[in-house]
Amino acid sequence: MTGASASDARPAAAAGPPGIGRSVPRRLEGIVIPLGALTAGLAAFSVFVLATGKSPATFFALAWRGGFGTWFSVQNTLSHASPLLLAGLCVALPARLGLVVIGGEGAIALGGTAAAVAGLSLRGWPPAVALAAMAAAGAGVGAVWLGAVGALRHFRAVNETIASLLLAYVAIAVMNQLVEGPLRDPASLNKPSTAPLPAAFRIGDIPGTEVHWGLVVGVIACILSWALIERTSWGFAARVAGGNVRAAEVQGLPVGRLIVAFTALGGAWAGLGGMIEVAAVQGSANASLASGYGYTGIVVAFLARQNPLAVIPVSLLLGGIAAAGSLIQIQMGLPNAAVLVLEGMVFLAILASDALYGRIPWLDPDLRRGEVGP
Amino acid sequence: MSAFFSVTRRQMLAASAAGLASSVVGAGQSSAADAAATVGFVYVGPRDDYGYNQSHAEGAAALKKIPGIKVVEQENVPETVDVAKTMEAMINLEGASLLFPTSFGYFNPFMLDAAKKYPSVQFRHCGGLWTDKDPKNAGSYFGYIGVCQYLNGVVAGHMTKSKKLAFVAAKPIPQVLLNVNSFLLGARTVDPSITCSVIFTGEWSLAVKEAEATNALLDQGADVVTCHVDSPKVVVQTAAGRGAYVCGYHANQAPLAGDKYLTGAEWNWATVYEMFAKKFLAKEPLPNFVRGGLAEGFVKMSPLGPAVSDAARADFKLKYAEVSKPDFAIVKGPLKDNKGAVVVAAGKAYGERAIELESMNYLVDGVVGSTS
Repeated sequence: MTGASASDARPAAAAGPPGIGRSVPRRLEGIVIPLGALTAGLAAFSVFVLATGKSPATFFALAWRGGFGTWFSVQNTLSHASPLLLAGLCVALPARLGLVVIGGEGAIALGGTAAAVAGLSLRGWPPAVALAAMAAAGAGVGAVWLGAVGALRHFRAVNETIASLLLAYVAIAVMNQLVEGPLRDPASLNKPSTAPLPAAFRIGDIPGTEVHWGLVVGVIACILSWALIERTSWGFAARVAGGNVRAAEVQGLPVGRLIVAFTALGGAWAGLGGMIEVAAVQGSANASLASGYGYTGIVVAFLARQNPLAVIPVSLLLGGIAAAGSLIQIQMGLPNAAVLVLEGMVFLAILASDALYGRIPWLDPDLRRGEVGP
Repeated sequence: MSAFFSVTRRQMLAASAAGLASSVVGAGQSSAADAAATVGFVYVGPRDDYGYNQSHAEGAAALKKIPGIKVVEQENVPETVDVAKTMEAMINLEGASLLFPTSFGYFNPFMLDAAKKYPSVQFRHCGGLWTDKDPKNAGSYFGYIGVCQYLNGVVAGHMTKSKKLAFVAAKPIPQVLLNVNSFLLGARTVDPSITCSVIFTGEWSLAVKEAEATNALLDQGADVVTCHVDSPKVVVQTAAGRGAYVCGYHANQAPLAGDKYLTGAEWNWATVYEMFAKKFLAKEPLPNFVRGGLAEGFVKMSPLGPAVSDAARADFKLKYAEVSKPDFAIVKGPLKDNKGAVVVAAGKAYGERAIELESMNYLVDGVVGSTS
């Protein structure tokens, strides 16, 4: 449903001639509408806060202080945003082909487990080699896992949304089985985990901060993904196929390969995210790998309207909201669910705003001139 | 501050100085100004889950009554960078100086790392195994709740007609296995033919599977159900709704099961938290490794429900006295696991403090189920 509305909007944008006079208001549209939707979502949430007898002004002041107001808060936000970057890309990339892949959680779980296995079996090797192998293992396993979803979709016409979700359950079960069985460190009694990684194989913090290097990896991944989609013929082909699969096939574009490649690339980013969780945060693979980043990634991708660059600010926004959760709970006495209500309202507003693209006259030169009817 | 003490030499002033000092430290955080100590609690699930998190929140609520203590709490915190940042936010933004991260997975690496980073803050973790290699400002506490599941089993053993009990468990880890085995061994003191079927859901909190497991066990003929999952709510309501008896776990679930509630194994964390908080206010050193059971008031039994028969009541009282003796052991030889292998030789007995129980990896004879 949501995938359809996103792809509905795209041909309209892609079909028009790329003149400067058109593209500037088009870009304006891409900024004004999400910001308007964000404001509407926040306004609706304010009503909710008022209904609980609290002050929305206090809420937003606390959210600002907890998420962005101090150097500690900023670092807190960045730490929360970091895993969302790769999880968001995992959904955003296949979505450019019109595919709604929501099983990133599974790729994170298995990628993290594979990375831990790689790290533990390379004990004694130079850290650079081991970290590269861990990253390759995590990304590779993630790519195979979600690439299989793309293959099922293309060759067997299996719905990718359902397949990826069900495979996520399978992946988490496989991870649990491995971590509680053959890979279990006997010393991890009540929290079954693999053996801890050697200290040299851990990813540290960016100097001068308490934010680990995963943030930089995530930002680079977003930029690379954006370049792939916007600046290469593969990305162009994907956008065409995302607009209209039949047209792309008629044009002779390799739709099957595109589907497998984009789901696999999404899976690779998620698997890399799992590797970073293991190497930078947990220090071993365990059930905490499946703690919901893959599902938050769906929200990130849709709020970013599948644009890899927009994944960065959206991750920061959601990271900030998560970071502020502490203060909001403690100082306002609102339950943790209040943050989920906020996310839900913003999410709904932004999805609903999809219908506004191309329909606001003062943002669209064609409509203004009366050349194209809505 | 020490200069200030030496000038006044009066205890009353010293007490107010402590208050003053904390208000200076907490400058900018108006809410911390009137408290001598801010204590932070971190929960992995919701505070009102009728289960593990609620048992800790009830302990935290007891601290709120102590003058000079301010409590800050955060719920639904996953065992990721989230908990690390939550603890830091409590320290940096709320001025917390004593923290209780209460979920297993918070211990290593998150709490140990935070303890290294904030040496002036005290950390105590529920369920972890602190050793003297770990930071001195960290520690762990836990309760021996196995005897309570044993007593649950005694009551269940009297009340079952089908001689089949049911146990919905999260993960086959030592603490859970000990509870399953204790429940069955308690029931077998009443009737050695009783069996207990266990289903592991694989997750600490997975409502759908917990309901399915409960239904499946009841379909097989079980008529008394207990569990070890984070929130027993689903299991208790499902079982009571189908007319089975329920033995509770973590907290008192009597409000959910009505007269189907027999009794329950409950945590009593208020004992532990009050001990820590009072020592902390008095500036005494906090113990690093704290364990206790029924005798120490770390755990307790829910009041017996109205359905419990007189015979069960009498036996419960008897066994309660028995388990309260210091040399009592639930796990004692000869004991076989449910595959027939001898796990405890004849003449051997492991009291609740025995370190061997912390690595239990078997289900005893009479338990129907498998650890893997």
